[in-house]
Amino acid sequence: MENTSLKFLGAGIAMVGTLGAGLGLGLIFSAWLNALARNPSAEAKYKTPGFLGFAMTELVLLLCFVIAFMLINAK
Amino acid sequence: MAESLFEEFEIHHLSDPLFSIGGHPVTFTNSALWMFISIIVATMLMVVTMRRQAMVPGRWQMMTESFHNMIANLVRDMAGEHAKPFFPFIFTIFAFIFFSNLLGLIPHSLAVTSHIIVNFGIAIMLFIVITITGFIRQGFHFFGIFVPPGVPKIMLPVIVPIEMISFAVRPFSLSIRLFANMLAGHLVLLVFAGLTASLVAAKWLAGLSVLPLGMNIAITGFEFFVAFIQAYVYTILSALYLRDALEGH
Repeated sequence: MENTSLKFLGAGIAMVGTLGAGLGLGLIFSAWLNALARNPSAEAKYKTPGFLGFAMTELVLLLCFVIAFMLINAK
Repeated sequence: MAESLFEEFEIHHLSDPLFSIGGHPVTFTNSALWMFISIIVATMLMVVTMRRQAMVPGRWQMMTESFHNMIANLVRDMAGEHAKPFFPFIFTIFAFIFFSNLLGLIPHSLAVTSHIIVNFGIAIMLFIVITITGFIRQGFHFFGIFVPPGVPKIMLPVIVPIEMISFAVRPFSLSIRLFANMLAGHLVLLVFAGLTASLVAAKWLAGLSVLPLGMNIAITGFEFFVAFIQAYVYTILSALYLRDALEGH
């Protein structure tokens, strides 16, 4: 195979990592909704940890994305 | 294809070289222009809406006050009571990032936060401020942030290097999160716009171009949400890092 095709293949493989981040984000928000449904009056307390978890998990997804883009644009 | 995707993010020189640093000419670029615009818009909004401080706030004053209260609560909750002197600093970072994210959504403008060096500049400034504050407030006890409480002695050779690395990569993770979010959002908009254009060009399927156009409108709405959330997350994390400097573990 040529280098160009390997590059795109690598970018595709790098994006597989977003699968885990997607699962993690789903888990965070399902737990968040669960907590909200059980105790709606405590919504303000759950907000910040929820967003923190969201930010931390999303970083993994974005790292995959950045690596895929670096691979596509590699000379 | 790859070149045309990134055309939106290119930096142009808008002036002749003003001066040079170490032989490298410094010009006024469109990035600097949009930074100035976002600072001016943020400042004007705060100043103009708060000029008449009514007892019962109107719509504009209410907006500014709710921004202020949101960040003030965040700093108090995340960074503790001692962080009050740092509120203007944190609020400035929030306002700058929020308004540059928002202004980046205007067509033909430049989202300055989609350049990693801008975010990294802010993050490294934050990092330096936090480290210096930590040493001033706590002296050599500041190194205690590398030793989490309640960890058995035998685990320390493993835990301390991990904590050191996680301290050192903070500016990188902060800047990459914001940069990649803005870049990804703008690229998604661009891809759907390209799909619309190529469907319009295809004679048979021109009617179908409504679908990606509608999707693009929905994503633009989502991007406004992302612009706020990313500025908010950046602010939460900086306040959280500030807590380490002020209170230790």
